[in-house]
Amino acid sequence: MRRRVIFRGKVLPYLLLAPQIAVTLVFFFWPAGQAIRQSVLREDPFGLRSEFVGLENFREVLADPLYLNAVWNTAVFSAAVAALALGAALFLAVLADKQIRGAGAYKTLLIWPYAVAPAVAAVLWLFLFHPSIGLVGRALNAAGIAWDYKLNGAQAMALVILASAWKQVSYNFIFFLAGLQSIPRSVLEAAAMDGARPAYRFWTVVFPLLSPTTFFLVVVNLTYAFFDTFGVIHALTGGGPGKATETLIYKVYVDGVQNLNLGGSAAQSVILMAIVIALTAVQFRHVERRVHY
Amino acid sequence: MVAAIAAFRANSAPHVVQMFEVGTGTMMAAGRAVKPVHELLREAGVEIDFDDYLAPVRGYYATADGRQMAMPFNSSTAVAFYSKDAFRRAGLDPERFPETWPEVAEAARRLKAAGVACPMSTAWPTWIQIEQFSAIHDLPLATRANGFEGLDAELRINNPTLVRHVQNLVDWQREGLFRYGGRDAAGDALFPSGECAVLFASSGLRARILREARFEWGVAMLPYYPDVPGAPINSIIGGAAFWAMNRGPNQGRSAEEWRAVAEFFRYLARPEVAARWHTETGFLPVTRTAFEQVRASGYYERNPGADIPIRQLLRGGGRTTENSRGIRLGGFVEIRNIIQEEMERAFQGQQDARQAMDNAASRGNQVLRNFERQNRGG
Repeated sequence: MRRRVIFRGKVLPYLLLAPQIAVTLVFFFWPAGQAIRQSVLREDPFGLRSEFVGLENFREVLADPLYLNAVWNTAVFSAAVAALALGAALFLAVLADKQIRGAGAYKTLLIWPYAVAPAVAAVLWLFLFHPSIGLVGRALNAAGIAWDYKLNGAQAMALVILASAWKQVSYNFIFFLAGLQSIPRSVLEAAAMDGARPAYRFWTVVFPLLSPTTFFLVVVNLTYAFFDTFGVIHALTGGGPGKATETLIYKVYVDGVQNLNLGGSAAQSVILMAIVIALTAVQFRHVERRVHY
Repeated sequence: MVAAIAAFRANSAPHVVQMFEVGTGTMMAAGRAVKPVHELLREAGVEIDFDDYLAPVRGYYATADGRQMAMPFNSSTAVAFYSKDAFRRAGLDPERFPETWPEVAEAARRLKAAGVACPMSTAWPTWIQIEQFSAIHDLPLATRANGFEGLDAELRINNPTLVRHVQNLVDWQREGLFRYGGRDAAGDALFPSGECAVLFASSGLRARILREARFEWGVAMLPYYPDVPGAPINSIIGGAAFWAMNRGPNQGRSAEEWRAVAEFFRYLARPEVAARWHTETGFLPVTRTAFEQVRASGYYERNPGADIPIRQLLRGGGRTTENSRGIRLGGFVEIRNIIQEEMERAFQGQQDARQAMDNAASRGNQVLRNFERQNRGG
């Protein structure tokens, strides 16, 4: 028998919803509204003089070759981070799911990096890969490979991808492990009895059954790569060398906070907001259909 | 700067803010956000003798007609630090650092031949290799007296002398004589660790080198190109100044509050305060009286090389020209980054020095025009 809870009157349910709505209003709608207002103004840094310019900020941003460069960087960066973090996490989760001695210890260790703050993670990688003080960086140079991510754009990009992906592996690992453990043993045993080899079993049985988890993680990872990697990029390369590692979110920061071009920066935020809304909508409409639940 | 601006917009700006020199152009154009020092002192009836201040220090924070806008405080300039041990190993005279760039390149070749992996590097690539370089060679960084005379200034960094210098740096990098050490202060670490034999850096790095370097080192003035007429003259300053600020866009301050700020500035201007700050930090003595006091105390005999930055600031007779007074460009933080980015692309081999400086000039001019428009009629 199902019990249904129905509120009497309308006051209580709205009251219970109020905190959530208030948080959304204050931390999302209000700043988003400010960004939209700011994006059609041109203002001096001190806020003493402002001028309504309509869509000029948007036109300028979209005509800026450096903005297109940031779009390209973001595409490369996000795709690589998501692929790397998901691939590594799935691999580790499959291994950790096996019956091995000390599995608990491995699992705990693999979850640790998630607790590391982005800036701290960046500093750890800096100590590994800095060309003159880093362990690996010095070894590479000693081995005759000219490693200097402060001058070589491709190397800088590889490094920020590596550091950002590393941080996200733990998160993905937890979800993949939980996903693997929820696959009924009987299904796998049946497949094994039918003569499917481990690799074949993985691709035909395990992977499709993991797809809800994978789908969820793809969304989370792309959002992570878009928005939460600021700290890593800031601490490792500062968007450089040149503009080689400047992503969209980093450019918003550079133009708005460092260069005090509030109008241009706000216009970029609005574009970014539109991109994310579109991306999420596309993902839920199209990708979700092909997912087995 | 960003924090001070945010505070001002939120009506909670501090009375006094310490602002690095790059922000000067932005602060100058800030209109009623800032209380000019000359006005502040007049209203409070406090006298400070600005003529006693070293010209390059005073001028950086004054209007073109000499009215003081901010209170100069921690000031530094760029110098060359070099390892005397490495010079000895390479058979160079450890007591004589080469004066001109061609000689410096020659010395770097000798250092490389003697097995030094990094003969020379630089911190603050834009500040030292572009801004200081232009001042010393009496070249305009921008029109309108480096922006002192108006917001309509245009960058002139793509002049042949500067292009030649940047191209030399790129060529020397290929030859293994010069190493690019990163933006801003990132290059600082390369000298105290003994990795690079020569480093062009802020004179304020002295304290750290004293603490960390495990070798004998010396200080010298920045080199110049001997075929540039008029060179060398004084270098310019870096560092920061104190600005008096209003509380917010629509809120001022009372006369007593301004008086307190004026008294604080008077305290800072006392020679013994300036002298103490100089000897304890490695920043420059900002007034002549403080410099004389420190000299009379025998400090420079005990600390050889500590007076090099001051002598370099006074090079060319202590008079500054339009090109060596300082830089007064709006959005200069962004322009510096643009120049650094374009230099980096040249060091990566993606473009030559001429393209780098042309690109930097046109991108920088866009920033200047934007700033001019934001502050029009202010």
